[in-house]
Amino acid sequence: MYLQITNLHKNFETKAGPLVVLKDINMLIEQGEFICAVGASGSGKSTLLRQIAGLDSPSSGEVRIDGKLITGPGPDRGMVFQHYTLYPWMNVQQNAEFGLKLQGLAKKERRERASYYLSVVGLTRFAKSLPKELSGGMKQRVAIARALASEPKVLLMDEPFGALDVHTKESMHEFMLDLWQRTHITVFMITHDVEEAVFLSNRIYALGARPGTVRKEIKVQLPDRSHAVKRHAIFHDYRDELMDLLRKHGQEASLAVAA
Amino acid sequence: MNPSSAPPQINSQKPIKTLRPSTFWRLAEDIPPSLNWGLMVASIAIPLFLWWLVTTLGNVDPKFLPSPAKVIAAFQRLWSTGDLQKDTIASLWRVGVGFLMAALCSIPIGVLMGSFASIRALLEPMFGLMRYMPAPAFIPLLILYLGIGEEPKITLIFIGVFFFNSLMVMDTVKFVPKDLIEATYMLGGKRLQTLLQVIFPYVLPGILDACRINLAAAWQLVIVSELIAATEGLGRRISVAGRFLRTDEIFVGLIVIGVIGLTFDLLFQYVLRISCRWASQKR
Repeated sequence: MYLQITNLHKNFETKAGPLVVLKDINMLIEQGEFICAVGASGSGKSTLLRQIAGLDSPSSGEVRIDGKLITGPGPDRGMVFQHYTLYPWMNVQQNAEFGLKLQGLAKKERRERASYYLSVVGLTRFAKSLPKELSGGMKQRVAIARALASEPKVLLMDEPFGALDVHTKESMHEFMLDLWQRTHITVFMITHDVEEAVFLSNRIYALGARPGTVRKEIKVQLPDRSHAVKRHAIFHDYRDELMDLLRKHGQEASLAVAA
Repeated sequence: MNPSSAPPQINSQKPIKTLRPSTFWRLAEDIPPSLNWGLMVASIAIPLFLWWLVTTLGNVDPKFLPSPAKVIAAFQRLWSTGDLQKDTIASLWRVGVGFLMAALCSIPIGVLMGSFASIRALLEPMFGLMRYMPAPAFIPLLILYLGIGEEPKITLIFIGVFFFNSLMVMDTVKFVPKDLIEATYMLGGKRLQTLLQVIFPYVLPGILDACRINLAAAWQLVIVSELIAATEGLGRRISVAGRFLRTDEIFVGLIVIGVIGLTFDLLFQYVLRISCRWASQKR
């Protein structure tokens, strides 16, 4: 197993006592898979991603990547945030290089590697531009190139397309699938967008809310990965199944809160 | 029977008021450049004109309010003897040294206070207290400790700038997005690297702005400091002129101080615009 999450629990201390955010999470992810964790708000999906990133530590249980226990953040996991996290004073090239600079790579090597990943995301032309001159979708592509430049074992994405408009989102979906097919990178993506999850991933973890638990694991097999597939009955089946799962558990959760 | 039929008719007679367009009264919007420049020129020209008008037409005692011509004459007199230059250099030197030392100390301390809650807890209460002690109130102590040379004057400026600037720099660090710091960690950044290569460049425009504001404070304090015991300086010039009722020289001193202060302010704004292009709001 490549990415292994075992019996993970996460509690937050609040004034009203401990709040269980994640309960008994178990996930096994193989190298090269494209995984989406789908959940409504309150499913603790962002918290889960932070445990994998090592930005936060679980109350109990563990996360391992390639057998190695995660104890803190590091460049073996590339992360793309929902909000734009490019360094505004650096141009695109410098942004893409920055991780390698932090890791102490020689100037020539980091320039070559960053340039390569900028070409992978199709932004070579914008190497000299400042982030504020880019559109939202382009900013996220730079963030992806920056994460990939460190050649991470897994790409972690926290609702990376949540702030984009519908059309940009669609083209980013195509871009992600294309990128994934070319680089064979393992992707673990968090989203609340059910169609996005079905369209992109091999496998989906549907998360229930309050506390966040894995309600169901769904293997996605679509006839192809073009936009036409979204009109396909199989696509609708996956989507409806997930929507029902999220809706049902959402209602249960809100009833539980009301009671 | 049917409460949700039609909304109640209120003021159906009154026409709906729409916002009328305006050039002068635009809320939080730019005005045309020509109007902008015109108003900026008027801002200086109108007070000058009124000053001239009052001193020319009104029967005002020049000991009370000298005319612009008299002030210009006094300026030329002080300039030709070289006193004005000497005074200006003396004041500039005090501000320069005091402010630079205060800035050099307060910037790293402010960044550390903003970045680490531990350092903040250690220093903020003390700095918060010191900030509310007016720097001029330290003058007796400074004379007692440091005598009447340059040291107490420079120290006064240091005290007046250091605490304010530290706290203002600290506040700018609070605006660094947490995501940006976490993104740096995910790219392999250590804490020191994150501090020096992400937090510091991000807050640099804020730091420059804090320094710009506190330079104005330093400039005020130099005048106060020269009341201690000085042989030259613009503040000294004004107080001596006051003693001999040379109102025209008081005006010269005030105007020179104002012009130099404004020049520094514009210089800071220019440096900020050049060095931090990425931070400019205008597209």
